[in-house]
Amino acid sequence: MQIKTMATYAANGETPEILFWVGCAGSFDQRAQKITKAFATILDKTGVQFAILGKEESCTGDPARRAGNEFIFQMMAQNNIQLLNMYGVKKIVTACPHCFNILKNEYPALGGNYEVIHHTTFLQSLIDEGKIKMKEGGVFKGKKITYHDSCYLGRGNNIYEAPRKVLETLDAELVEMKRCRSKGLCCGAGGAQMFKEEEKGTTRINFERGHEAVDTGASVIAANCPFCMTMLTDGVKETGKEDEVKVLDIAELIAMNME
Amino acid sequence: MRIVQELLFIIAFGMAVYLFSTKVRQIRRNILLGRDKDLNDHPDLRWKNVLLLAFGQKKMFRNPLVAVLHFFVYAGFIIINLEILEIILDGILGTHRLFVPVLGGLYPVLISAFEVLAVLVTLGCAIFLVRRNILKLRRFVSKDLNGWPRSDANYILLTEIVLMLLFLTMNTADQQMQLRGSEHYIATGNFLVSGSLASIFNHTPDGTLIAIERTCWWLHILGILAFLNYLPYSKHLHIILAFPNAYYASLEPAGEMENMPAVQKEVQLMLQPELAASEPAPEGMPKFGAKDVFDLTWKNLLDAYSCTECGRCSAACPANLTGKALSPRKIMMDTRDRAEEIGRNINKNGAFTDDGKTLLRDYISEEELRACTTCNACVQECPVSISPLDIILQLRRHLVMEESSAPAEWTGMFSNIENNMAPWKFSMDDRDKWATEMNQ
Ligand code: SF4
Ligand code: SF4
Repeated sequence: MQIKTMATYAANGETPEILFWVGCAGSFDQRAQKITKAFATILDKTGVQFAILGKEESCTGDPARRAGNEFIFQMMAQNNIQLLNMYGVKKIVTACPHCFNILKNEYPALGGNYEVIHHTTFLQSLIDEGKIKMKEGGVFKGKKITYHDSCYLGRGNNIYEAPRKVLETLDAELVEMKRCRSKGLCCGAGGAQMFKEEEKGTTRINFERGHEAVDTGASVIAANCPFCMTMLTDGVKETGKEDEVKVLDIAELIAMNME
Repeated sequence: MRIVQELLFIIAFGMAVYLFSTKVRQIRRNILLGRDKDLNDHPDLRWKNVLLLAFGQKKMFRNPLVAVLHFFVYAGFIIINLEILEIILDGILGTHRLFVPVLGGLYPVLISAFEVLAVLVTLGCAIFLVRRNILKLRRFVSKDLNGWPRSDANYILLTEIVLMLLFLTMNTADQQMQLRGSEHYIATGNFLVSGSLASIFNHTPDGTLIAIERTCWWLHILGILAFLNYLPYSKHLHIILAFPNAYYASLEPAGEMENMPAVQKEVQLMLQPELAASEPAPEGMPKFGAKDVFDLTWKNLLDAYSCTECGRCSAACPANLTGKALSPRKIMMDTRDRAEEIGRNINKNGAFTDDGKTLLRDYISEEELRACTTCNACVQECPVSISPLDIILQLRRHLVMEESSAPAEWTGMFSNIENNMAPWKFSMDDRDKWATEMNQ
């Protein structure tokens, strides 16, 4: 498999169909790298012509902006926009709801206008177009899966159904947590909380959510966000069920189940 | 005697209207202490929000049972205003049931409908009292409400019950007098509720009945005038402000955080210094983020005055649920309290004179602000289109940009982003390591 960068495409005078915006977690976090690889594999298998920015990609500025540091956010955003516009990027797909939200909703005010798609929505369209073929039977047939709505995809951008539609193709039993969709409970990572210790409280948010997810009796918790991934994995560990309950990204679930 | 009653009524009514409008002007002034923000785009979408969120109470229906009860109380409130119009005109003109000749056969139908609503309102309020004081739902026992806010909610429910009972008693006495063919009590036809209750006054002498009817009439209307003047001091102001607040509700996706053009400009000049020559020098030092209500937008302050203190936001807030100090409801209550404090300061001194206090720290602590995950659960749940999150984010901006106050881990994260282009301290060269691994 050959993953090419925008620079390579540009050098050949070509433009790829989509830019895969990997994001910091997807690039550096060991667990999240697996999500990145799974999604890249799907793109490759389905013949989607895509590129990454590679070393040229920078943080979108999301954690800085939510923490209140608008200066750092603006520096990152303006640099990124310059780069994206230079490459004439039209369509961006990303596996991180924070990158998705900020690229889609917050970059336009700074002159960055792109069609931005979250990977779950993109996967759904690939399925709808018949480009993704599932294995007969499948790894998850008959198993219980529960889906965790990330705040930035769900409440932030009203995307609740696409990820669920993708999960339906796995032939598994989809069970909902007590708090789901627009009533979903945050994993505790957003708003730059990922990068600091939680404030003093009676419990941690991810412990609370981990318990709720495990209580559904599902053997798989499906996530759509690398930060939720970290938080939920810790949350499940706290319940002592890490051997029975796995946290997996929707892209990983699909990659494992594709022909 | 009739003239005296008319005069007394006009005085009471005039005073109530005067006091109310004075307070309303002060609240308007307080709201406009906030920064300007243009929220007049897309009138079509905004009116749709008014219809769905304010009239239709769409968000309330996230909990259907409560929504139905609340709807009774709300519909009762709106519709009974028509009946109050008649009472006021009767009071000023010294007439009795002025609208009977105008409306004819429709009159008893309308009053019957009001009566049924009055019964439903009484029922709704009674159930709400039970929920608040006996069932003790978590969001109603929260310490956010300690003191006046808790009594406020109970006072209003009790008052509504009393007002409804006065209205029904008044009509029952009236119906009995009509049955007796009293000349002053114009025959209107049968009212649904009071008509069937009229027989309880079968043996009450005329004089007593008239006294009962008049007393109820006066207490009912004085109660309403008092209620009117209580509103602006209470969380029940939402019955008015929910409407403009729905109109001015954000039309952007909830995940979107507002841009700061001042910072955008500055960074732009940093990155492209060649643009600086053509730029006019900025006037004065811009302020970043919000420290006090003056720095918030008028919509934030309208939000604060519209808050019903229902606590749906806090009940859904992950930080609040896990015992952190943050409560989005408290953020709204604090903002209103501070705006009121500044308002009193202005009333006293003619203009705001520094009182050494600010919304940040004197009301809202850093600890509260730090706990927010920006998950938007509070925004989603609020039935009155309020965004506590918007205030939290602006206060955070002040902390970080004006005071450089951030937890050490955040300071580290900031410098990682600045130096390594990622929130973690990884080498930029490793950003595509995963891809090189796949390319092998
Ligand atoms: S956005 Fe912040 S204040 Fe609102 S519910 Fe989420 S954590 Fe709580
Ligand atoms: S902000 Fe909204 S949800 Fe929260 S207490 Fe006020 S009215 Fe209720």
